[in-house]
Amino acid sequence: MKLTLKIWRQKGPSDKGKFITYQLNDVNPEMSMLECLDVLNESLIERGEEPVAFEHDCREGICGSCGFMINGVAHGPLPATTVCQLTMRHFKDGQQLVIEPWRAAAFPLLKDLVVDRRAFDRIIEAGGFVSVSTGNAPDGNTIPVGKEIADRAMDAAACIGCGACVAACPNASAALFTGAKISHLGLLPQGKPEQDRRALGMVAQMNTEPFGSCTNIGECTGVCPKEIPLEVIAHMNRDFWQASWKEREDLVQTIAPVTSWSNKTKTKS
Amino acid sequence: MSTSTVQAFKHQAPSFWQSTNGKKVVMAVTGCILFLFIIGHLLGNLLVYAGPVRYNAYAAFLHFDDTLLWIIRSVLIVAVVLHITATVQLALRNKKARPVDYSRKEAINSSFASRTMYWSGPIVLAFVIFHLLEFTAGYIHPGSQFIRGDVYHNVIAGFSVWWVSAWYIFALILLGIHLRHGIWSMFQSVGYNHKKHTPLLKKAALVIAAAIILGYISIPISVLTGLVK
Amino acid sequence: MTLDAHIPSGPIEQAWDKARFEMKLVNPANKRKHTILVVGSGLAGASAAASLGELGYKVRCFCFQDSPRRAHSIAAQGGINAAKNYQNDGDSIFRLFYDTVKGGDFRAREANVYRLAENSLKIIDQCVAQGVPFAREYGGMLTNRSFGGAQVSRTFYARGQTGQQLLLGAYQALERQVHAGTVTMIPRTEMLDLIVVDGQARGIVTRNLVTGELDVYFGDAVVLATGGYGNVYYLSTNAKGSNATAIWRAHKRGALFANPCFTQIHPTCIPVSGDYQSKLTLMSESLRNDGRIWVPKQKGDKRPPSQIPEDERDYYLERRYPSFGNLVPRDVASRNAKAVCDEGRGVGETGLGVYLDFGDAINRLGEHVIRERYGNLFDMYQRITDENPYKVPMRIYPAIHYTMGGLWVDYHLQSTIPGLFVAGEANFSDHGANRLGASALMQGLSDGYFIIPYTVGNYIATHKFAKVDESSSEVKSAVAGVEQTIDKLLSIKGKRTVDSFHRELGKIVWDECGMSRTAQGLEKAIGQIRALREEFWQNVTVPGSGDDLNQSLEKAGRVADFFELGELMCIDARERNESCGGHFREEYQTTDGEAKRDDEHYSYAAAWGYGGADGKPMLTKEPLEFHYVHPSQRSYK
Repeated sequence: MKLTLKIWRQKGPSDKGKFITYQLNDVNPEMSMLECLDVLNESLIERGEEPVAFEHDCREGICGSCGFMINGVAHGPLPATTVCQLTMRHFKDGQQLVIEPWRAAAFPLLKDLVVDRRAFDRIIEAGGFVSVSTGNAPDGNTIPVGKEIADRAMDAAACIGCGACVAACPNASAALFTGAKISHLGLLPQGKPEQDRRALGMVAQMNTEPFGSCTNIGECTGVCPKEIPLEVIAHMNRDFWQASWKEREDLVQTIAPVTSWSNKTKTKS
Repeated sequence: MSTSTVQAFKHQAPSFWQSTNGKKVVMAVTGCILFLFIIGHLLGNLLVYAGPVRYNAYAAFLHFDDTLLWIIRSVLIVAVVLHITATVQLALRNKKARPVDYSRKEAINSSFASRTMYWSGPIVLAFVIFHLLEFTAGYIHPGSQFIRGDVYHNVIAGFSVWWVSAWYIFALILLGIHLRHGIWSMFQSVGYNHKKHTPLLKKAALVIAAAIILGYISIPISVLTGLVK
Repeated sequence: MTLDAHIPSGPIEQAWDKARFEMKLVNPANKRKHTILVVGSGLAGASAAASLGELGYKVRCFCFQDSPRRAHSIAAQGGINAAKNYQNDGDSIFRLFYDTVKGGDFRAREANVYRLAENSLKIIDQCVAQGVPFAREYGGMLTNRSFGGAQVSRTFYARGQTGQQLLLGAYQALERQVHAGTVTMIPRTEMLDLIVVDGQARGIVTRNLVTGELDVYFGDAVVLATGGYGNVYYLSTNAKGSNATAIWRAHKRGALFANPCFTQIHPTCIPVSGDYQSKLTLMSESLRNDGRIWVPKQKGDKRPPSQIPEDERDYYLERRYPSFGNLVPRDVASRNAKAVCDEGRGVGETGLGVYLDFGDAINRLGEHVIRERYGNLFDMYQRITDENPYKVPMRIYPAIHYTMGGLWVDYHLQSTIPGLFVAGEANFSDHGANRLGASALMQGLSDGYFIIPYTVGNYIATHKFAKVDESSSEVKSAVAGVEQTIDKLLSIKGKRTVDSFHRELGKIVWDECGMSRTAQGLEKAIGQIRALREEFWQNVTVPGSGDDLNQSLEKAGRVADFFELGELMCIDARERNESCGGHFREEYQTTDGEAKRDDEHYSYAAAWGYGGADGKPMLTKEPLEFHYVHPSQRSYK
């Protein structure tokens, strides 16, 4: 099949980008979207041009590296699918695909379709964990966890951190991502002791990063490759206001977002 | 290969009000107050069908004690101010959160109502101001003389002007759309979402919003068609 | 050179306790004065970095991805073994130990495997405490499923995303330490050389993948947890970025590389569909719990599976191995699939595939039970193949999945370079010639949580660390070497892309050093790889510059190392004149086609020293002794 790819090309973070159109004449419908870009890149390299930079790793839809907009939809038209598992048979012969990177102030663009998602790591760092050091743990069956709770925690924990929720949100909000982790750990008895601290810390960090606000519209869950429900955002909101009410001292601190990639200023020893 | 250490710069967390989540809780609570007002106001309005005597008595009852009235009005004014302040601040933040726009963006999972809150809100606000000037203060009263105390007369006379009714109906439909999202959304903002209940709540929001709006716009329509004189 | 594995003397049950007691400790106040570099942030790397951070060491952890959460451990589906015996079905530490040694075809070190089985209990506890949402019974207790190579149910799982959940647990522990300030995470950074000063590993040279800057990081110990080298084959179930560069460069600096030919072919992957294919997708081994594997009895039977009647189907695993049936170990299942396809009974367009049929299970248990157990795997299969596995049997074929070989390490997981520790798939230690399903996650976490923190501490406590002079010749030459390689790759400007070379290399290694091998084929492959490598260095084209994000350049450096490693794999395979586990030499098989070991001559770990660019690698043998599990012909019949 034939396809026209209109791809955003941008050399670096501070360069001006633009769309460039490429014609592909021999696309196998069994190919994944990323394999289609591989084919394009091979031909670009052979012509002496720079290939399209895009992030990818596992190509099984679980690592969360890949992702871009296809015709205005994060990860493309197929629900619950990352671009690495999106096969070309879902497009029509002769179709034009507009391929654009995630766009958000919190995800600065690095090159072509590659963006910087370290804001997500900082949100997890702010409390997305259970404080249990190695060796501290009681036997796994000491605290029973009902199947329904374990299943719901798993639903939320399935988040792959790809950033599609932010990309699809008209406000570029990270509520679904943050809510998923708060919900995952908050549901489990193991995460309960830190529930308040976690909600305060993670929400504070999310608000320190230049994400927008949640307006409860649901575009995020519509594009989520793991179909994480809006319920997790409600969970975050609930934990947050309850923790804010109970908070006795203002202890939570946030980290300033870092956008530089150079390590030249850091200690090396 | 420098050896200076860069410490992660830490600072105080945003307060409840400074956080987007906190603002949304405020919007939910104030939205809820305004929603309750809308219901109460509708119930009162529907007394118009009971005739001028009972309608005017109801209006007089509202003015039973001016202090009490102003307390209630203050609550409503504060709610409106907070609701709007939070919205404006969030909207400005959201604009900054996506400095470069998509060349193409499709909405695949959101309702029309939810995507239009930012402009249904301001239009409803403009309407509320006009509405207060027309029926409460009486500064604008096209087509007839505003008679303080004779609410029934003011309503009939006001709605007899076709464009007043049209503007009213238009604004109320927008209010309905605003409520359609707002009624269930306020539950989400304060943290209630349930796999089974929320879909019901969304349906209920649609029904309630529609019922409210039908109730309200039935009055100008009745006036224009002469059902109520 | 002789290799001392430092295995504690005495009974195996007390070995690890004894070793830990004999270890020297570092004063808590002194720990923060020691920097430890952890390369890789998968299960082994993240858990090691987090645990070392918790102890108070100053840790720097590196990964090439944008976040430590993306390491390829995340893709493990089926589960993690632990000898909890929660099912009361007769499991014990000793049985897990026995199964693993036997599953590895008696080519693993007994003491290491025993420790692994011991640690398995603590791993589950640790992960549960971290909030890993393992599958539970209604009553709230942990549940298990069965995996290949075992007759007990000891595999813990979180749907088909166990690796993801375990990695997120380790990642969260890591981020907690980042927040506490003990660990500094350095993502999008690739290790390109090891700095060895006075015989000790003291630092690494890295390339910043965004800015292209070359940096030098110093530390008192270096932990490599960079995963396996399955991508030598180009098509594998590994992530596209998985590479052997860190371990290979360490190998070139003096670390011995053990058993490179021990590679694992996973029996249940989605078959290749075209030559554009960039990677293979695994279907969890757990599917073999309920799926039955078959091919038509008739050669070239092209009827759709539903039209092939029961008595014309050959459930060849159940037929040949009645006691283990579809749950034979991976090497056995893969080899049998290849055999039936070679006979011309393979299914699908290419004839390289066998059916994995859930019809019986669905009839017996109902579709909803199967959906509950494997729903996400079935969805994935359907997304990729456009076939509904609830209605039509899946088509599967073996693919490269894991590499048992890796840098040689002693009982302390220390390589032959003092101060260089190797954890997880990157080392060779625990799986012998074949890894049992659900054991990779176990090993990564055992190494990272429960071994590295002790053994690195012992190393720190027993060595002196003079400050490394940044302008010393060791540092300068390492950086210069890296610079030269990069400049060279960018300056060739030939005609062929990196991927085209990689694909060709992969095909050679797959054909001759894949599921079955012959001395003749390996000889041929070595020649072909050398010729291709030569062409690579003259005719590869790498566009762009070294000063920014350049994915072609990253790939080129990795493929350059794959050439050298691929050659060593073939050399090792040719040297090992026996069949064992994943290493099947056609010349050495029993009359009914099973692997035939030669314990008399080959009961050793083959540790190779780097032999220079075109020199010959030097073999050192670490003899393997079996005191607890007596080597026997493996039988799953």
